[in-house]
Amino acid sequence: MKLSNRFASNLKLPKLTYRLWKVWRRDFDVFMKTYKVNFFPPLLEPIFYLVALGFGLGGLIPQIQGIPYMQFIATGLVAISMMYGSFFECTYGSFVRMYYQKTFDAIIATPVSVEEVIAGELIWGATRSLINSAIVLAIVAAFGLISSPFSLFVPLFAFLIGLMFSALAMCFTAIAPNIDFFNYPGFLFITPMFLLCGTFFPLSLLPQAVQTFALVFLPLTHAVILSRGLILGSIEVPMLFSFLWIIGVTIVFFILSINMMKKRLIK
Amino acid sequence: MKLLYTVISTGRRASSVEVLIKARGLTKTFGNLTAVDHIDFQVFKAECCGFLGPNGAGKTTTVKMIHCVLPLTAGELTVAGMSVSERQREIKNMVRVAPQEDNLDPDFTVIKNLLVYARYFDIPKTEALKRAEELFKFFQLTEKREVIIDQLSTGMKRRLILARALVNEPQILLLDEPTTGLDPQSRHLVWDEIRSLRKRGVTIILTTHYMDEAATLCDRTLIMDNGKIIEEGSPAELIKKHIGEEVLEIEYDEKAMKTLQEKFPEARLEVASDKIHVFTRQPHGVFENFLENFPTKGATIRTANLEDVFLKLTGRGLRE
Repeated sequence: MKLSNRFASNLKLPKLTYRLWKVWRRDFDVFMKTYKVNFFPPLLEPIFYLVALGFGLGGLIPQIQGIPYMQFIATGLVAISMMYGSFFECTYGSFVRMYYQKTFDAIIATPVSVEEVIAGELIWGATRSLINSAIVLAIVAAFGLISSPFSLFVPLFAFLIGLMFSALAMCFTAIAPNIDFFNYPGFLFITPMFLLCGTFFPLSLLPQAVQTFALVFLPLTHAVILSRGLILGSIEVPMLFSFLWIIGVTIVFFILSINMMKKRLIK
Repeated sequence: MKLLYTVISTGRRASSVEVLIKARGLTKTFGNLTAVDHIDFQVFKAECCGFLGPNGAGKTTTVKMIHCVLPLTAGELTVAGMSVSERQREIKNMVRVAPQEDNLDPDFTVIKNLLVYARYFDIPKTEALKRAEELFKFFQLTEKREVIIDQLSTGMKRRLILARALVNEPQILLLDEPTTGLDPQSRHLVWDEIRSLRKRGVTIILTTHYMDEAATLCDRTLIMDNGKIIEEGSPAELIKKHIGEEVLEIEYDEKAMKTLQEKFPEARLEVASDKIHVFTRQPHGVFENFLENFPTKGATIRTANLEDVFLKLTGRGLRE
């Protein structure tokens, strides 16, 4: 009874106004101040992977599902960049702002509400996903690995997928006792997804149980399905399922994370 | 000087007794700890009201409830007739806060801190820029305009926190230990600004550990201890009520103690830091007479002050 009450209170719809954009704008201003540093890692990382795995491992693997191995992993790397961009922004980034910099405390003393602070952070996390995926997409294009104009929709989906990962990340931030805590979701959630969600080899090669698990519980699986479909221009029905899966999870965790953070910040 | 000040401030209060902030049975608990315990108080429009108390007395908790960042556990609290539980956005628009802790944005420069903060209040950028320059001039931060927060001294940070709260003129200003860690020069600068705001009709709530600060700035003080308000009144009233006019301090020895007990049977004698402090209700001049008849080495007569009141009411024991 009590537990279900607590759960229900975490699903209360937050009241949001335009003020959440002021929080977004604050984070954006900080990002632009150091944009050179911020652009470099997402620019270089996919190059390393494409060179190492694409040329290296790709030399041993002629083709996967009818496409060159390098192209296969390129589509996975785009999805990974969405996850990394948003998840780390709303774990380490948000935690530093909340805990060390007291930025949230400063903002909630103004007419901006705590719900708007968190919503602004989540939308900023989604924006990081958009920016990162656009950079990686440009690299992938430079390697000549894009085969469809549908690729132009990738940043749009990156925003949605980023919002999902931001909301998941913010739930961890809401319960993190200290910054080292993020090693747990890092190693137990992000790393397995990085490896198991159809990123570097097709999901269908995994044991059936793992495949099902990845499809039901691991968000990156669906991000990969969408990115790959768009970049390769092979729009298929499973993409609709992935899209709806992402929408559902995003809505639930968006609301959940705002309520959980509110409880953490307002005692 | 101090007397004149009191007369003026009392007169001013009599002419404007509009209650701006009102608390009844205000309570805040954190788990088993009762930080604020059923307190009632009022703050009048355009006064400077001081909350004094040892560490952990509940001052900051009270301030945070006034600006709607801590929900009440029980009781009522209204600002300009609006409940803090319901009309937070309107209240937060009226109130500016200079918090105790440094929550300046370390990702930004001094000027950008002010501009970003102004944005949260929907203050147009041109207005905020103009105001920022004035504030920097007053708080002597102009040269630090483009400096990143990390490179500021503690004093500069405190001044910037205050400047940030004034980026447009608030109706209510909450200052939580505004001068802690400041050098005397900065302290006087901050005091001047507080006085000038008060003159312009801004309602100010000030928490402080410095009794001289409360005595010189506050029209009224509320003394808190263990989550309760244990006394309230103007600094002069409280001194008169609890201490009297003068205090005699004499280096401690048993003989002196005995003489004092004989000569001032009604007085309160307190031994602290190797000195006997004599508090009496007798009028001005009584200690002078005593010292003429019993010349004592190292004796001083001083004016009673708010710190005497504070220590009498809250004791000398350490908190926390």
